[in-house]
Amino acid sequence: MTVERFPVEAGHVLAFRRALGYEAAERGADTAGELLAPPTFVQASAQFDPDYPLRPVPDRPWWGSGADAGFMPAGGGGLHAEQHYVYHRPVRTGDVLSASVREGRSWQKSGRSGVLNFVETITEYVDASGAPVVTATSVGVRREPGEDR
Amino acid sequence: MTALVELAVGAERTTVLVENLTRTRIVQYAGASGDYNPLHTDERFAKDVAGYPGVFAHGMLTMGMTARAVTDWVGEERLTGLGVRFTAQVWPGDTLTAVVSVTAVDGDQATLRVTTTNQDGAVVLTGTATCRLGG
Repeated sequence: MTVERFPVEAGHVLAFRRALGYEAAERGADTAGELLAPPTFVQASAQFDPDYPLRPVPDRPWWGSGADAGFMPAGGGGLHAEQHYVYHRPVRTGDVLSASVREGRSWQKSGRSGVLNFVETITEYVDASGAPVVTATSVGVRREPGEDR
Repeated sequence: MTALVELAVGAERTTVLVENLTRTRIVQYAGASGDYNPLHTDERFAKDVAGYPGVFAHGMLTMGMTARAVTDWVGEERLTGLGVRFTAQVWPGDTLTAVVSVTAVDGDQATLRVTTTNQDGAVVLTGTATCRLGG
């Protein structure tokens, strides 16, 4: 995932704040001023990723239910194990960020339910001048292929 | 920026994040974040294809609500780090409560522990936040 242009829009921040249960989510939405985005807002850069897989795209099969129950896509079934953010500065409405992604560490754990594979993905968000804004590290977990879930 | 936040080791705050989480609320988060994974938005898929009892919340919904409890206390502009592990799934009907406590203060920086539990006392998220005390 690479996001070339992630404009932090007041209306988008409003919708995100509302979903997280903020009081007065509309506050500041009619200005382009100093409204700070919630700490997890950079996750919504997915909206600006042309290849984001967890969004239905017209004319492409979607794996959720319609006439039938849907299907598990190849590589599906992973879960979100951890999420870490380092804030170099707050994200504000009016920022235009970009994001680049690299793989981090990977490791295995054996437990009662079998072998679990963990993979780290690191996303660097920078502002229009290239200055760092947020470093996001996501850890995904997946059971070893072929085992019963 | 305003005065220092008075955070002392041992200080603690409890916040109810959501009562009786609804499926619609999960869909609301899906729309805002852009993560439409059917595991979270599509009961039929979650049951019949993925084999879960039903849809469950995005971990990032729980993290986002927990982060709100942290910044409501320390101030959004002071947060320097937040990291969490998702330790159990969050289901429709759940009531989530976050406990945020100060574990260390070192110069201009405070470290806080965050723990979010459901109505049965099961921990669904644990983590650490760091913040600046100064303006």
